[in-house]
Amino acid sequence: MAFDRPEPSETALTPVADPTTAPAAAIRLDRVSKLFGRFAALKGVELEVRPGELLAVLGPSGSGKTTLLRLVAGLEFPDEGRILFGDDDVTLTKASDRRVGFVFQQYALFKHMTVAKNVAFGLDVRRKDKPSRKDRDARVAELLKLVELGDLGKRFPLQLSGGQRQRVALARALAVSPRVLLLDEPFGALDATVRKSLRRELRRIHDATQVTTVFITHDQEEALELSDRVVVLNEGRIEQIGTPDEILNAPATAFVAGFVGQSNAFHGEVRAEVFRAEGMTLPAPGLADGPAEAFVRADQWALSSGKGLEVKVLRVPPSAGLLRVEVEDPHGRPLEAALLRAEGVAKPAVGDKIRLRATGGRVFPSP
Amino acid sequence: MVSLAPDARLTGSAPARRWTRSFRRRTAVPGFGLTMGITLTVLCLVVLIPLSSVAIKAAGMGWSDFAQAAFSRRAINAYKLSFGASLIGAVINGVFGALTAWALVRYKFPGRMLLNGLVDLPFALPTAVAGIALAALYAPNGLIGGVLAKVGVKAAYNYTGVVIALTFIGLPFVVRTLEPVLRELSADVEEASATLGATGLQTVVRVIAPALLPAWLTGFALAFARGVGEYGSVIFIAGNMPFKTEIAPLLITMQLEQFDYASASAIAVVMLLASFALLLLINAIQAWSRRHEG
Repeated sequence: MAFDRPEPSETALTPVADPTTAPAAAIRLDRVSKLFGRFAALKGVELEVRPGELLAVLGPSGSGKTTLLRLVAGLEFPDEGRILFGDDDVTLTKASDRRVGFVFQQYALFKHMTVAKNVAFGLDVRRKDKPSRKDRDARVAELLKLVELGDLGKRFPLQLSGGQRQRVALARALAVSPRVLLLDEPFGALDATVRKSLRRELRRIHDATQVTTVFITHDQEEALELSDRVVVLNEGRIEQIGTPDEILNAPATAFVAGFVGQSNAFHGEVRAEVFRAEGMTLPAPGLADGPAEAFVRADQWALSSGKGLEVKVLRVPPSAGLLRVEVEDPHGRPLEAALLRAEGVAKPAVGDKIRLRATGGRVFPSP
Repeated sequence: MVSLAPDARLTGSAPARRWTRSFRRRTAVPGFGLTMGITLTVLCLVVLIPLSSVAIKAAGMGWSDFAQAAFSRRAINAYKLSFGASLIGAVINGVFGALTAWALVRYKFPGRMLLNGLVDLPFALPTAVAGIALAALYAPNGLIGGVLAKVGVKAAYNYTGVVIALTFIGLPFVVRTLEPVLRELSADVEEASATLGATGLQTVVRVIAPALLPAWLTGFALAFARGVGEYGSVIFIAGNMPFKTEIAPLLITMQLEQFDYASASAIAVVMLLASFALLLLINAIQAWSRRHEG
């Protein structure tokens, strides 16, 4: 495979004498801020993307994730801070000189060009190091094979399905051997089945090419399933950076806990390192007494025979494995619980009052 | 087995049914019969019958008389002027209309609404008014003509004058056909081009221009067709010298004034056929430029 790895930066080439020095980042955002009029889309974001990793940027709409990606691509420019690719400061470099691969949610293919011409575009517009026609065609064929569109080179984009179009967009972005591949909600416009299969495809293509990849999504399942690390963004600030496991099981802030894992939030109080609210208790080690907020995921509930949160069963949708129940708490707030099917416990019926016990969850002091 | 019975009953009227079916497929889009009927009726009443009456008139005169009227040296010069000047006018509009549409769609500037309104003015203005105004401006003693005369350019009462008039009346076509397409062209595509390393010029030439080509051709064809048929605005600035600056529509009018209806029809038939052929050609190019949309 002729895919160029991101060029190793100088710091990576010099032997690392000091073991505390981290390996050079492929991309570094240094206190980057971006304003649109009076709206601050990003507020002093610090981020390092490691060479060859697949990084997901997760956040609700309006959290600044698209802005972050466009800043890295050179489609927008920061008002403050620096952006570095390895050791190159690219803060003011134009998009056309950054050598990034960008995949848009709506594909943004060139409709009047065949699939092969689309993929070849980045090579055709080169002014220096322009490959020969033969090399170009070989590269295009290789990329189309990689995205499993080998025999569709002569088609036009409008003759393809959504999933196929996004594969073309991916091949086109990879053709320029980008230093970093950026994907803006790449599966957002696709239906659920295509989404899932293309997700696995992206992981396979990433592993085959080893190109540093950043993709943004508002779908936590997508972020957690696909990436090496996840950045959770909210209102222009980074809430947490970590592995999918850390994000799911050790959320750093109340926002992350509430955003990830279909969590139910409870307002209550901490006394003597125990959180109490509405009949439920959770250990809250290290927390000072006072008002607090707890987040319990659907899979962190169990049926309780004694004390617990009293809920009314609304629906028991058929499901395999875990027993799923949709319930409402005494305030009429809907909750969802995925319970382990215990031996000898009757399946609750609609209308039953049952008690739930939290088996896990995170407690944060109220702001 | 039971299902065979209805089929057998239908075989009697099968040919008629097949014909209706091939002409009129079952579809959820309503109103095919109604719209098609009205369309054909109006086309016949307004376009086809008047045009064929011209052809019938010309057909009554015999081949040699027809050739003499339609292909006299004077007539041929008039065709050349009408089609040639219209083509040049349409090309000029193709360039400046595209720039105008670009400016109107892509930039927000003070006076944009005013410019937007100005573009449509050639549509609204009575053509004679436009002709008189243009003649007054571009004549050697006029405001612009005076300046041009100093540098040795004559812009009225010659070929240039005809081109100026035809450019004026054709301008809105290109602007108005390109505008919606330009607006629809998403910024995504241009940004994709930039991230792939294309310069601004490469993006315009390789990405934007091909996307606009079908609409541009439509505008070009409309401006050209309007130019070929234009009369009112041209005659004031053309000078109307036989063999030199006499447009074909003017020649037809002059024949009519002399009650030579047959000759007028003969010239009209030639113009009709030539225009139709050219428009068909442009439509074919357009279909080719849209081939990727299938």
